[in-house]
Amino acid sequence: MAEAPSGNADNETDNNAAEAFLQGGSLKHAPGPYFGSYGGRWMPESLIAALDELEETFNKAKEDPEFRAQIADLNKNYSGRPSLLTEAKRFSQHAGGVRIFLKREDLNHTGSHKINNVLGQALLAKRMGKTRVIAETGAGQHGVASATAAALMGLECVVYMGAEDCRRQALNVARMELLGATVIPVTSGSQTLKDAINDALRDWVANVDNTHYLLGTAAGAHPFPAMVRYFHEVIGEEARAQILEQEGRLPDAVCACIGGGSNAIGIFHGFLDDPSVKIYGFEAGGDGVDTGRHAATITLGKPGVLHGARSYLMQDDDGQTIESHSISAGLDYPGVGPEHSYLSDIGRVSYEPITDSEAMESFRLLCRTEGIIPAIESSHALAGAIKVGQRLAAEAAASGGTAQDKIVIVNLSGRGDKDVATAAEWFDLLDKDSAESEIGKEGEQL
Amino acid sequence: MTTAQTTSKSAAAIDKARAEGRAALIGYLPAGYPSVEQTIAAGIALAENGADLIEIGIPYSDPVMDGQVIQAATTEALANGFSVSQVFDVVQGITSSTDAAVLVMTYWNPVVRMGVDEFSRRLAEAGGAGLITPDLIPDEAAEWMEASDKYGLDRVFLVAPSSTPERMQRTVDASRGFVYAVSIMGVTGARTSVSTAAKDVVAAAHAAGAERVCVGLGVSNAGQVREIAAYAEGVIVGTALVAAIRDGGVDAVAALTKDLSTGLSRGTGLTEEEA
Repeated sequence: MAEAPSGNADNETDNNAAEAFLQGGSLKHAPGPYFGSYGGRWMPESLIAALDELEETFNKAKEDPEFRAQIADLNKNYSGRPSLLTEAKRFSQHAGGVRIFLKREDLNHTGSHKINNVLGQALLAKRMGKTRVIAETGAGQHGVASATAAALMGLECVVYMGAEDCRRQALNVARMELLGATVIPVTSGSQTLKDAINDALRDWVANVDNTHYLLGTAAGAHPFPAMVRYFHEVIGEEARAQILEQEGRLPDAVCACIGGGSNAIGIFHGFLDDPSVKIYGFEAGGDGVDTGRHAATITLGKPGVLHGARSYLMQDDDGQTIESHSISAGLDYPGVGPEHSYLSDIGRVSYEPITDSEAMESFRLLCRTEGIIPAIESSHALAGAIKVGQRLAAEAAASGGTAQDKIVIVNLSGRGDKDVATAAEWFDLLDKDSAESEIGKEGEQL
Repeated sequence: MTTAQTTSKSAAAIDKARAEGRAALIGYLPAGYPSVEQTIAAGIALAENGADLIEIGIPYSDPVMDGQVIQAATTEALANGFSVSQVFDVVQGITSSTDAAVLVMTYWNPVVRMGVDEFSRRLAEAGGAGLITPDLIPDEAAEWMEASDKYGLDRVFLVAPSSTPERMQRTVDASRGFVYAVSIMGVTGARTSVSTAAKDVVAAAHAAGAERVCVGLGVSNAGQVREIAAYAEGVIVGTALVAAIRDGGVDAVAALTKDLSTGLSRGTGLTEEEA
């Protein structure tokens, strides 16, 4: 669904498409390498052996009770899982009066869902006998998570980060270094997240014998999309069990933000086979999808190959990757995970853009109504949930019900501590001459 | 290697060199660097000074297999407004003036965007020999296999020191023209010595039935060319030529090519006269 659904007719179409598909089988646990016509391995031959080794190690590990026990133990005793499912009663009043529940990935160790994936992959790296992990990072969240997992497991860690991002996110660079990682500023190409991935891939080709590439999202070459999803499936499993326990029923809708799409695929997975649950992914609309300055890959991109997978891609008529723009560094990526492209094409998930302004309004709203400072990434999901809530409320009214009967779960994928400077600048809360003001200004120009 | 159904321009160029008792020299230039006209002039200079095949690279926004020298050149070409369809002008410009076989080296997305069939048709019309595809493996190449058969183009896939015997066989079987043996695990860029892995990769490709194997990555001087010419059918030079055109223009490309070609004769350590 590339177009924003605007009413009951479209939602019904989604539902029908999903039900029709489900008659043919389950959408869960899609193993890759292909998701419909997306996914695959568009990679140099030099790396295929490493991808094969990773796939084999992963497939064995997930059937191994010892590995599953290790993951369960780390999730519980290191990350702090299960994360809470919190009803946001005051925030809900701004969403047509439907009941909104927040899946609190912001409460995990390191402050976001990212920890789920890095712990799993670091364990796999150890299983493969690798002594070094490399990672890409935009604002630094995945870099910090990777450095954390590497420190915990005694692995060397090198993080590639755009030179401009390093300057803007000096505190996150310091965090990674405190955790023992080496941060390498990337000066090639557009010096952004996609170029950090390029440099990480170049490092991997040269050092594949002792190095695992700890990719941070559910994108890239097989087995990364299916594997990263696997480590995040815990989000959706917990959320589904929690809402059933707390409310005795499934939600009407599930919302998440999408950059590469790892937090989203994690929570979506729990509900893919529940046709009554509508699923929404919210992309970064930046300044607006008609301005050219956005990261709404599925909404406006075209299928192509980048970083190892066929998927929707922001590209020009020559197939050159277009630079994305978003106030949220975590969503500022011109590609998207291949499973999302597939779920969009078959109509199971609706993908819609949320502008910087809409996200920031929801950011402030959650701060003031619930006492929770969300990541700007997650604020896109909150803004989307307000729209979904209003539509559900209208539906309820039309059928003689009440908005209170409708339940929406939002994946609150991360906390907003990292975004305070950007938000303070956006809302003009800083003294013009303060150092924070300078940092915020840079953040806003992302 | 399937050579029967199509006359391979690359294979013919390599076989001609072989008939002269030497390995083939393959030179790489990025299209549009520093300009389309200069690329054509440099390509002609390559052919006139001893290159048997010419590899024209399409500048791409995300060149994961390239080191800094080629990245810098292709980034500049893009900044100067290079558009993908200009690669056909470059190919045509060189093939209309020389006998060299001209291949295009490209990351896959620009081909996908234009359409694999249309790209192939236009490349064939321009006189191109085929494609070298650094991020397309035979597993994903169904569309390209079909188009390359339809338009009689060579499909040059890469094999690497990490390729398993199964993958080596599959890649050799899917290739036409020659097989590109990556000499080391890494990206493009001049290196002081050629890895010993290169010889093993070439031997494995030969054992899998490849009749023509050319070695690339890290080759920058006549001594390295001579070393590789002893066991491979062709030697590929990229970064050193890009540095030459960057620093000394077409004349420097001509001079380097002439020097490189002195290493092509078979027989280790022998000069051309002695051989």
